[in-house]
Amino acid sequence: MSAVDADGWVEACAVDDIEEEDVLEVHCGGRTFAVYRSPQDTFHATDPLCTHERASLADGLVQGDIIECPKHNGRFNYKTGEAKRPPARENLCIYPVKAEGGRVFIRLG
Amino acid sequence: MAITEKTDYSLIGPNAQRAAEQGLVAAEWYHPDVPRKRMKELMRRSDGPALRDTALWLALLVAFGVAGGLFWGTWLAVPCFVVYGVLYGSTTDSRWHESGHGTAFKTSWLNDVLYQVASFMNMKEPTFWRWSHARHHTDTIIVGRDREIAAMRPPDVAKLVINVIGLHDAWHTAVSVGRHAAGRLTPEEKDFIPESERFRVYREARAWVTVYVLVVAAAIALHSFLPLMYVGLPSLYGRWLAALFGLSQHAGLAENVLDHRLNARTIYMNPVFRFLYWNMNYHVEHHMFPMVPYHALPKLHAEVAHDLPTPYPSLLAAYREIVPTLLRQMREPGYYVRRELPPAAQPFRPEMHDAVFET
Repeated sequence: MSAVDADGWVEACAVDDIEEEDVLEVHCGGRTFAVYRSPQDTFHATDPLCTHERASLADGLVQGDIIECPKHNGRFNYKTGEAKRPPARENLCIYPVKAEGGRVFIRLG
Repeated sequence: MAITEKTDYSLIGPNAQRAAEQGLVAAEWYHPDVPRKRMKELMRRSDGPALRDTALWLALLVAFGVAGGLFWGTWLAVPCFVVYGVLYGSTTDSRWHESGHGTAFKTSWLNDVLYQVASFMNMKEPTFWRWSHARHHTDTIIVGRDREIAAMRPPDVAKLVINVIGLHDAWHTAVSVGRHAAGRLTPEEKDFIPESERFRVYREARAWVTVYVLVVAAAIALHSFLPLMYVGLPSLYGRWLAALFGLSQHAGLAENVLDHRLNARTIYMNPVFRFLYWNMNYHVEHHMFPMVPYHALPKLHAEVAHDLPTPYPSLLAAYREIVPTLLRQMREPGYYVRRELPPAAQPFRPEMHDAVFET
């Protein structure tokens, strides 16, 4: 398991583990996250499960800034966590992310 | 185990509690493994297919509607309104369904517009049914959870027969719209429609009442029921094909299983039916992967067919199973069709589905 540094950052995965405009489920720091690579090549992280009925967002579809849940097609903006389409109504928790040296890091809250 | 008395399908009855106790609520369902790269290709959205199909659908609707009006008062109007009715009252069910999933178009507002229009023509209140259908996908054919079980046990055959022309659903929709327009929900509706969404249910019901009042007023003013042949009545006289398609999806199959291979049908259909039905004949695949747009379902089927029961070769073949099954369930409600998985298929939770797999 990756160690958490003094500032709360933990290594999540390699940059190349995620294709552009895609999402990956990552286990690090004793927790699970959905990590996204946007079409602009920026990285983002949210809680791993849809706030509607707890389906894994890593099985969903990324389109632009949107992640669509695989179970009921609820949508969220993964950059802001905002729920954008029913049945998703409750926002997702988001986490700070940085990419350095070919690795992606998440700062645990 | 044979069921000896009428099952309670209410969402607020004892079977709702039982389903929760048995781990059937919002449970993990079986789906075959499809490589992520391939799944992304299949899930990819596009406006093109639905724009083409919607343009064709609207063109046919307008053409047969205009022809029906021109021939009104003659026998030639009959075939025109037969086709218009199917396009209005049947094909809108699959348009309602696909746009409700948000998979018809890539562009969100196109899905939203089609959803509102098709919901009205299909007599399915938009917000009410959005939440109802979300529950259907969470707890498919789980007794006490899924309110979209068309053929309950024992089946109410009279209801199924009058629903061929939509009478049962139309009556219940009329009552429901009236109740919602008055700003009220039943306790069962409150079970699946979140409080924050209820204002939309009321607002949509009031809009529908307004439209129907205007159409009836037009018919009275014109001393003709021609306006009602265009709006309202086609949801009845054109409903038969949607009724046939819809009942074939799950009727007579297992209840309370967590595997869509056991409670849904994939049926091969001809290209005309698949256009009218927007490929919902691939119903097992749709339930397993509701993110896949209708136009990609044949490709998804090819990807997972090895893990699925043999598809029915035609709608007629499916009804050769459904009709005798429903008739038998009238006197033997515990009976259901046990779908056989191919020898190489992945079994799922056999401890739970042993009874289903028994032959």
